[in-house]
Amino acid sequence: MNALSRRKFLKITGFTAGAAAAGTAALRATGVLQPPAPERGTRTVPTSCDICFWKCGAIAHVRDGELWKIEGNPLDPLSEGRLCPRGTGGIGAHFDPDRLRSPLMRKHLRGEEEWVEVTWDEAFDFIAKKMTAIKEQHGPEAVALFSHGIGGNFLKHMIKAYGSPNITAPSFAQCRGPRDVGFRLTFGEDVSSPERTDIRNARCLVLIGSHLGENMHNTQVQEFADAVGNGATVIVADPRFSIAASKAKYYLPVKPGTDIALLLAWMHVIVTEGLYDKEYVAAHGFGFEQFAASLAPFTPAWAYPETGIEPSVIEATAREMAAHKPSTLVHPGRHATWYGDDAQRSRAIALLNALLGSWGRKGGFYTPVSMDVPGYPYPEYPKSERGKVDNPGHKYPFAHETITTGIREATLTGQPYPVKGWWVYATNLIHALPNEAETIKAIQNLDLMVVVDVIPSEIAGWADVVLPESVYLERHDDLNVEWFREPFIALRQPVVPSPHEQKPNWWIAKSMAERLGLGAYFPWKDIEEYFQHRLTAAGLSYERLKKDGIIRGVKQPVYFAEGVTPTFPTPSGKIEFMSPQLQQAGFDPVPVYHRPPPAPPGSYRLLFGRSPVHSFSRTQSNRILSDMMPENEVWVNTDIARRHGLTHGQYVRLKNQDGVVSNRVRVKVTERIRPECVYIVHGFGHTARGLHHAAGKGASDAQLITRYATDPLMGGTAMNMNFVTFEPAEA
Amino acid sequence: MARYAMAIDTVRCVGCMDCVAACKTENGVPEGYDRDWITYESTGQFPTLHMEIRSERCNHCDDPPCVGCCPCGASHIHERGGVVLVHHDKCSGCKACIAACPYDARFIHPDGYADKCTFCIHRVEAGKDPACVAVCPTHCMHFGDLEDPHSEVSRILASRNSHALVPAAGTKPQIFYLR
Amino acid sequence: MNEIVSTRTNPMIDPAIHIWGWEIPVYLFLGGLVAGMMMISGYFLFRGRQKEMATSCLTLPLLSVVLLSLGMFALFLDLAHRWYFWRMYMTFQPASPMSWGSWILLLVYPALLANALIRPPAWLTARIPALVTLSERIGTRSATVKFIGIANMLLGAMLGVYTGVLLSAFGARPLWNSSILGLLFLTSGLSSAAAFVHLVARDEFEQKLLAKADNAFLTAEIVIIGMFLIGLLSSTAVHIEAAQLLLSGPFAPVFWVFVIGLGIVIPLIVQSLAVNHKVAHTPVAPILVVLGGLILRFVIVQAGQVSHWTRLFPSH
Repeated sequence: MNALSRRKFLKITGFTAGAAAAGTAALRATGVLQPPAPERGTRTVPTSCDICFWKCGAIAHVRDGELWKIEGNPLDPLSEGRLCPRGTGGIGAHFDPDRLRSPLMRKHLRGEEEWVEVTWDEAFDFIAKKMTAIKEQHGPEAVALFSHGIGGNFLKHMIKAYGSPNITAPSFAQCRGPRDVGFRLTFGEDVSSPERTDIRNARCLVLIGSHLGENMHNTQVQEFADAVGNGATVIVADPRFSIAASKAKYYLPVKPGTDIALLLAWMHVIVTEGLYDKEYVAAHGFGFEQFAASLAPFTPAWAYPETGIEPSVIEATAREMAAHKPSTLVHPGRHATWYGDDAQRSRAIALLNALLGSWGRKGGFYTPVSMDVPGYPYPEYPKSERGKVDNPGHKYPFAHETITTGIREATLTGQPYPVKGWWVYATNLIHALPNEAETIKAIQNLDLMVVVDVIPSEIAGWADVVLPESVYLERHDDLNVEWFREPFIALRQPVVPSPHEQKPNWWIAKSMAERLGLGAYFPWKDIEEYFQHRLTAAGLSYERLKKDGIIRGVKQPVYFAEGVTPTFPTPSGKIEFMSPQLQQAGFDPVPVYHRPPPAPPGSYRLLFGRSPVHSFSRTQSNRILSDMMPENEVWVNTDIARRHGLTHGQYVRLKNQDGVVSNRVRVKVTERIRPECVYIVHGFGHTARGLHHAAGKGASDAQLITRYATDPLMGGTAMNMNFVTFEPAEA
Repeated sequence: MARYAMAIDTVRCVGCMDCVAACKTENGVPEGYDRDWITYESTGQFPTLHMEIRSERCNHCDDPPCVGCCPCGASHIHERGGVVLVHHDKCSGCKACIAACPYDARFIHPDGYADKCTFCIHRVEAGKDPACVAVCPTHCMHFGDLEDPHSEVSRILASRNSHALVPAAGTKPQIFYLR
Repeated sequence: MNEIVSTRTNPMIDPAIHIWGWEIPVYLFLGGLVAGMMMISGYFLFRGRQKEMATSCLTLPLLSVVLLSLGMFALFLDLAHRWYFWRMYMTFQPASPMSWGSWILLLVYPALLANALIRPPAWLTARIPALVTLSERIGTRSATVKFIGIANMLLGAMLGVYTGVLLSAFGARPLWNSSILGLLFLTSGLSSAAAFVHLVARDEFEQKLLAKADNAFLTAEIVIIGMFLIGLLSSTAVHIEAAQLLLSGPFAPVFWVFVIGLGIVIPLIVQSLAVNHKVAHTPVAPILVVLGGLILRFVIVQAGQVSHWTRLFPSH
């Protein structure tokens, strides 16, 4: 065992040293690097993290020319100098031996993962030819871009310049979309990202399925620890005894899919007992009477059989929330696509916050502020006459962002018009979208499929052309002009050179645009010239930003009490307890509970969530992160495990209602979950051939999510709709 | 003299493993090995559960059995702060120290010698906190000198309830878990 | 119910330590066997009976050198940082049983060689004729022989006890944490050595005498194992749990069948009947005793590594 591990270790370290040398040689050949002067000693480079979209300020340390470690940047308001484990383990992305090295073009059929290595020129020429043909035949709107994170900004710009409005990210319809819609309908504004939640100052924090601590959004977790450390009352409703639940004064083991019943009962208690913030509601509320009247039937006793939460607990927690108002934060969550009524559930959360008067108040929701940094003065984008393809006839009237699954649908059906080209940037659609069969079928209708990524993900496997991007430690990205509790801008800049042929996305976008005759949209020589221009326009120093990584602005008021004027950009200009917008569109103007369909007998609802050491399905080949969590486990309640004869640590396969069988996954026998559901961490069970290290480890929830419900308000895809049974697996 | 110790707040800790990641990069811990780790200890039956989350590592015991049992004098107590260390070039890899540790905090490094947490003595001697403490996003870890009554650890241990791990093993561990 | 989940997955450490495979049990067994042989041969030297006890006094010393060297080779194989083994001899660590052991082993060799020199075998003297004069000079002085006998008994006892103390000093492993372990391994070493002589001696008197002695050792061993277990069972929860590893846990079948049944009780019955002339002497009984001694070391070393102060529920 020892000898094996040592070999493995030597292999990896030997490999990375070799890889770095090869990359350096390549850069030297292209004249980017000066001939060797072996670097000695330690230097630091401030940059920002990209292991998730939070973009914490980081300081990378390079020792003797090799990337050593990454620490937080104390100047950064998001991280306050402390990264999360993924950020700390970020150097593993640079050293990952499985990462993409050079542009690839497929040899035979899509999805076979048989490649020819090509030059950047060959790749660009191929793509340009295809894109020109698509534009001629189907119009520019027939090319869509799926893009996640700030790294996609220049690709978005390139696609807009090409003439397509069809730019999307799973972060809306597969994630936070319902939440943003629910809050928009109520307060007129989004919760945005990073969330405007004032967790640090909350006296009472209510988490509904939000698993802070496992969900490692840095600022939120830091503030959560502060709130807990300061003795704030934590109330957690979750079918699973999460990390957050372990910090809670009240843990409510709610039945899956019954959160709206719980929310209605809470609001019933707060309204009938007159515990709400009457002044606030009177000043800012619209349609309160109709809303209050609608709550009458939803007593705690009514909610008990639905939610499994005893009436006395519902009452006690409602009173506790009211006792700490307005510093009671009912957290809006982030990944909110659960049961198909998610926008309405999010609206119920927004309304509970409205009752407690927490919006705009300390310990509730602050008003985010930002620095004024003008955009680059580009020529105007060509105007699309056909409009976006994802939501024909505004079928989902409240979708304010582009729906990924809408584009997928249009690609499948050719309606309202055909989609013939996909660019996919930094999002592994096979794991991110529900029902992978639909995604794969849609891809079959394409004339062009381009994937830009750092690792050979599953979606890259379906591409015609794969473009290898430099990892964040080797590239510049667009300026991060953040909306937060204080204004700041942050820079991402290269720390070490890319080891092979990888290129930064700005270079890819600019080069591609030039091939397409769109060079006018990229008038700058390189990204530093672009930064110079924007920062000069804002009266800021690029040199300072380069040196510090962060420039902080002047603190501004963020609460109503500090002088922020309460504004609610809803049609009524007030907090809409009753929503005329919803009523006009034919939906319930106040939240209504619908009982979720029960699990088929003998099967268990599949729930999924996050691990603090991984981001989506994008980090399982990072050796430092995978070392901390190489595979996921399926959480099974002790009694259920006993019933099925399952022992802790054994492998099983999960089979869903449609007969889809997962990769083998270890059983975690635990008291920490309700018996009617099982839980796995998202992002595992890779099948991509190039992910040598991660492939075959753990089970993929995405693979098992063949069924989904679509939120009628905004087109979000609810994914907690699948049920599994246990199948034997070899040890 | 100094007596280095840690006080780790289990109330704040979310078990995110940032301490583990920081140790791996700071100290170049080889893949597959951990000098520190997280323990989640839950008691009770669903849904009436209690859970303590602990960031664990070598306890740098005051009475370290791993030092006494070493036949080579490789395992030793550092001159400063009572930190338990291993001279890699004196270690024969006999594993007695591993058997002696009730916390199983040690392992054999792929290069053959016994290895474990050093309290990041190289950082501490440069005036910094150990990497795990410095990185913790929940600020749940405190490092310092127990002999100095004004140090952060001394003050926090004086004001809060705490427990050490397996005190019955008699090794006088110097990592304290606040609750 | 307690769920203790650890994210640690260190090789050889988790979920329970498994740092010692076959090498250490073999080393401890051979060390114990040699210890027993030294005491037996030393005793007969001390009593001046080296002539009648040919096997004990002629075969054992040289054989011990070989067996001990094999044992030390096994120990060497177990070292993870092998080429640093000499570091053990650059220091003496009074608190370390292993340090004591390594120095005792250094003293054992001269004692064994001196013992062997009293009656060097013919194949050796044929090659090195000078040994004959040396051997005569030593062998004819009864005081020197006695001294060599005492040295062999003393160092043998130290070696035998050491093989047990090595483990019992580890307070972190509740099963080992009993000072009786030294006595147990010494007794087991004596019984294995006696059984060995019983097995190979050609002289019927020597054979019978050692069979009788072995019966005494085996009886003592049963008593000591009983005391060992009672000691654990009347201690703390972790010690009780450790004892149960042997009594009813995963190691119980091997412990009851091979260590107690086939390793002690059955040979004891067979040999008792034999010395009382109820049945003929059979090599089966002493073979079982020797094998039982080996398996005892395996069981104690392996079960001891499983015994623990905290029980983990591994995460993966």
